[in-house]
Amino acid sequence: MSALLQVDKLAKRFGGIVATDDVAFEVPEGELHAVIGPNGAGKTTLIAQLSGQLAADSGTIRFAGADVTRLPAWRRSHLGLARSFQITSLFLDLSVLDNVALAVQAHAGHSFHFWRHARSETGLRQPARAALEQVGLAHRAEARASLLSHGEHRLLELAMALAGSPRLLLLDEPMAGLGPDESVRMVAMLAGLKKRYTILLVEHDMEAVFALADRISVLVYGRVIATGAPHTIRANVQVREAYLGEDADV
Amino acid sequence: MTLTVRNIATAALFAALLLLPLYVQLTGDRFMLTLFTRIVIMALAAVSLNLILGFGGMMSFGHAAYLGIGGYAVGMLAHEGIVSGLVQWPVALAASALYALVIGALSLRTRGVYFIMITLAFAQMAYYIVSGIARYGGDDGLTIYKRSQFGILDLSNKVVFYYVCVALLLATVYLVWRLVNSRFGMVVQGARSNETRMRAIGFPTYRYKLVCFVIAGTLGGLAGALLANHNEFISPSTMYWTRSGDLIVMVVLGGMGSVAGPVFGAVALLVLEEVLSGITEYWPIILGPLLLLVVLFARGGIDGLLSAIKRPGRAGKEPA
Repeated sequence: MSALLQVDKLAKRFGGIVATDDVAFEVPEGELHAVIGPNGAGKTTLIAQLSGQLAADSGTIRFAGADVTRLPAWRRSHLGLARSFQITSLFLDLSVLDNVALAVQAHAGHSFHFWRHARSETGLRQPARAALEQVGLAHRAEARASLLSHGEHRLLELAMALAGSPRLLLLDEPMAGLGPDESVRMVAMLAGLKKRYTILLVEHDMEAVFALADRISVLVYGRVIATGAPHTIRANVQVREAYLGEDADV
Repeated sequence: MTLTVRNIATAALFAALLLLPLYVQLTGDRFMLTLFTRIVIMALAAVSLNLILGFGGMMSFGHAAYLGIGGYAVGMLAHEGIVSGLVQWPVALAASALYALVIGALSLRTRGVYFIMITLAFAQMAYYIVSGIARYGGDDGLTIYKRSQFGILDLSNKVVFYYVCVALLLATVYLVWRLVNSRFGMVVQGARSNETRMRAIGFPTYRYKLVCFVIAGTLGGLAGALLANHNEFISPSTMYWTRSGDLIVMVVLGGMGSVAGPVFGAVALLVLEEVLSGITEYWPIILGPLLLLVVLFARGGIDGLLSAIKRPGRAGKEPA
C-alpha cells in the first residue's frame, strides 16, 4: 500500500530564487505530517504546488495513486485535496454559511443549475452547517464573512476545507495571528481532526507542531533537510543548527 | 419579500412604468411614451450588463456591441425582406450569443485592465466593421421601414410596443434574479469575490464566467432588437464605445449589488439627461459631478441609498 501523498523531486524557481528544490516526502493515510522551516523556506510555495495554485517546474506529486502534478487546482480538489490559506482567503461579501455552502456545492456535481434558489437547498446548507458546527462557528452562520474576527476567519478557513469531505487536508499555518487562547483551542481542534483526516500541516508554532505531528519534515532554503518523528527531529543536530538553534529549548 | 423601503420603491417604479401609457392617454403627451420606451429598452440592456458587471465582477466595456448586433440582425434581415419577428429576434439573440461566446472565450483569460481593454477593442472592431458595410448603409445607418412582424401583435402600435418592452424588461429582471440566486449565480458571485479560492475549493471558474458572459450578451442582443424597432433605424453609433460607457453609468448609478438597481439607474440617467438638456446645452457639466458624487459617496448607487433607509420601527435587513 503506497502513501496517500507522495512528493518527489519537486522544484519551483521564481527567477533566480529557488523556492522549493528537490523536495521529497510521503504522507501515509491517517498521518498528521508537519512541515516546519524558517521564514522564506518555501513552505507556502510547497502548499501552493501541492494544491495546484502554482505549477511545479519539475518533480512529481502523486495523490491517491494518481499523478496530479499537471492537474489544475479545481481537479485536485475533486480528488480530495483541500487546502486552507495562511492569509485568510474567503468570500468576504457573502455570509459565513454561504462561504461554506459554496465549498459543499463544489463537490455536489456541476453547478449549471440556473433556476432553483441555492440558499434554500438543504442538500447544500445542511452539510455546510455541520462543517461550521465542527469548528464551533455555527452561531455566526448568518453573519457577513467580513464582519468576523481574525480568529473566526481562521476557523471559517478550516470549515471550508472540511466541507468538501477531503481525503487530505493541507493546512497552511492555521495558527497564524491567533492569540494564546485561540491557539490552544485551535490545537485542540486539530487534535480532534487528526483522528479523522490525513493532514499536512505547515506551521510556525513549534509547540503546536511537536504536540500534534506524527512525523515532521524540516524545510530549509527549499530543501527537506530532515524527516522523522518529533523526538528525532528535536534531537537532529543539523535541524538544531539550521532552524531550532535560535530557540533550542523546544 | 419583506416590505423594505427599497422593495416598496422597486415595486412603485415598476407600477409607474406599467401605468405610464395611462398618463400619456390622459395628457396626450406622446413624447413621454417615446422617451420611456427608450428608457425601458436601455434598462433591459443595463440589467443584462449588471449580470456580468455587478454580480460577476467582469468589467466589460463593450456591452453596446450587443445593442448593435441585435439591432443590425433586425435591420439587415428587414432590408433583405425578412420581416418576421419570429426569424429576426432569434437571429438577433443567436448572433449576440455567438459574439459573446467568442469574445468571452478570449477576453476571460485576462484580468482587470486587460479585460476592460479587450472587450472595448472588440466592440470598437464591431463598430468599424458595420461602418464599412455599404450594403447596409455603412456610416449612415440603415432605415427599418417595417417593424418586426408578430402576427396579430402589432409592434407599430406605440402602446403595444411599449408594453412588449416593459414585459420583456420584467421577464429579464426576474430571470436575472433567479440566475444570481441559483447555484450557477453563487459560483459567479464567488468568482467575483475570490476566484483563487473558488478554484481551490473545486470550481472550474472559467466556464461558469463564460456562460454568464454569453447569457448577458444574449439579453443585450434582445435589447438591441427592441431598440432597432423603436428607432426604426440602426446605425454604427448604436455600438460606439460611449454607449457602453452609458450602460456602465446606469449600472453604477442604479446599484451593482441588486437585480433591479440598473432599472433605477437607466431611469435616473436618461430622465436627468432629458431634463438637464432642456435647461442648458452644457448639461454634461451638471450630470458629470452628480455621477461623481454618487460614485464617491453612495457606493451602492440608488439601490444602496434605498436600502439604507430604514422604515420606522423596523430593523432594515433585507436579503441580497
